[in-house]
Amino acid sequence: MAMFIRVDIDDSVQQDAGLRARLAEICPVDIFALEGERLETVESNLDECTICDLCIEAAGDAVRVVKLYEE
Amino acid sequence: MRFYEHEAKDLLARHGVPLPQRRVALTPEDAATATSDLGGPVVLKSQVLSGGRMKAGGVRFADTPEEAAEAAEAILAIEINGLQPMGVLVEERGEVEQEYYAAVTWDAAVRRPVVIFSDMGGIDIEEVAEQHPEHLSRTHLSNLRPFSDFEAKLAVSRTGVTGNELNRLSRIVGALVQVFLAYDLTLAEINPIGRLAGGAFVALDSHVDMEEEARGTHARLLAGLGIPDEDTRQARPPTEFEIAGAQVDAADTRGVAGRVVEFGGNLGLIIGAGGGSLTLFDAVRGAGGDPANYCEIGGNPSVAKAAALTKLVMSKPGVEKIAVMMNVVSNTRVDIMARGVIKGVIEAGRDPAEAIAIFRIPGSWEDEGVKILERYGVEYVDRSVSMHEAAQRAVEKAAAGTGGG
Repeated sequence: MAMFIRVDIDDSVQQDAGLRARLAEICPVDIFALEGERLETVESNLDECTICDLCIEAAGDAVRVVKLYEE
Repeated sequence: MRFYEHEAKDLLARHGVPLPQRRVALTPEDAATATSDLGGPVVLKSQVLSGGRMKAGGVRFADTPEEAAEAAEAILAIEINGLQPMGVLVEERGEVEQEYYAAVTWDAAVRRPVVIFSDMGGIDIEEVAEQHPEHLSRTHLSNLRPFSDFEAKLAVSRTGVTGNELNRLSRIVGALVQVFLAYDLTLAEINPIGRLAGGAFVALDSHVDMEEEARGTHARLLAGLGIPDEDTRQARPPTEFEIAGAQVDAADTRGVAGRVVEFGGNLGLIIGAGGGSLTLFDAVRGAGGDPANYCEIGGNPSVAKAAALTKLVMSKPGVEKIAVMMNVVSNTRVDIMARGVIKGVIEAGRDPAEAIAIFRIPGSWEDEGVKILERYGVEYVDRSVSMHEAAQRAVEKAAAGTGGG
């Protein structure tokens, strides 16, 4: 169970196969995984997020990294 | 990593140090054959990774193959400091007229290797240093310049040795320095060097330790000596706790969270960074603390790895609190460490605010780390608090049984 980081994926990402593949490729700690036609987050890797922002650079507002310790 | 005497002598032989003729025997029958081959009186020595062989009966003398077999049988049955001998070294025995001492080791205070030489060998060198300091010389090596024959002579002559003896002993000292440097040793010692009745000088006993980290560099040498990777040469078998620590480190290639050594105290340690582990461990001991463990963490381990090590330490019976302390970090992130440590504590069923006696990791992503710690009620201690002061605080909190923060 992730304690520190949550990643929200907007539905618009699911409509864009190229973006889904890009997000799955760029995350250095494998937070995103392709499951058929969908992009999912890998629960066990969420807390490893290094806040590198590569996903945000790729997807803009369609991906949100939430620091749970700031809430 | 310690070497058996016969292995140490193989290293010395490669660099021209004169040695007695010798054989390694694994059975009494081997010892009898070896004695017959050597053709004269022999000394038989337990091959065990421990000192105190003579007092324990692990060194015996024999004049015939039959006596050698008896002596070997007795030696092979003797456990020394909990260790079984792997065999017996059978060496030709000559009449020794005088004994000398030579060693090369690291002088941590000066940060250079040092040659220690004495014309009073065969006895405890600390005793010589204390009671006969004029018979002992210390000659530091340069970290930059190659060691010279002149420096070897200087090391020997400082104890008053002159003439032919000076020349012959200097050659042995020079070869010992070569051995020390060539194999990344932390200690290369010959005690004693014997001057035999005929005037020959030979290394009668030797002890060498290799830097553990150098095993990979010298893999071919170790294979040549018949030392497999699984032969750790540790002083005792690892405990279950230590095995679990090694598994934590091996399970994830990111960063380091391992080298766990178990101790019997109540203060768990999550320590490391740039030599920080040893400094912090000593600081805890110096402050009167009783560590439950030693470990090394750094190189930016994953959250999962830091959490697994923390959970392991926190789960050790008797550990009420942990001290999380590192040197100033650059490539290890404070926030990642904070996440891992807090996660490990919670997974161990404990409250971070109570269990973490101190969290002192100054460095990169410090601000983010502070936010995480504050969220869980753990006080953050920055670089304005020295490692020694942090250790002192941790020991006081462990003794008082009060929570961190």
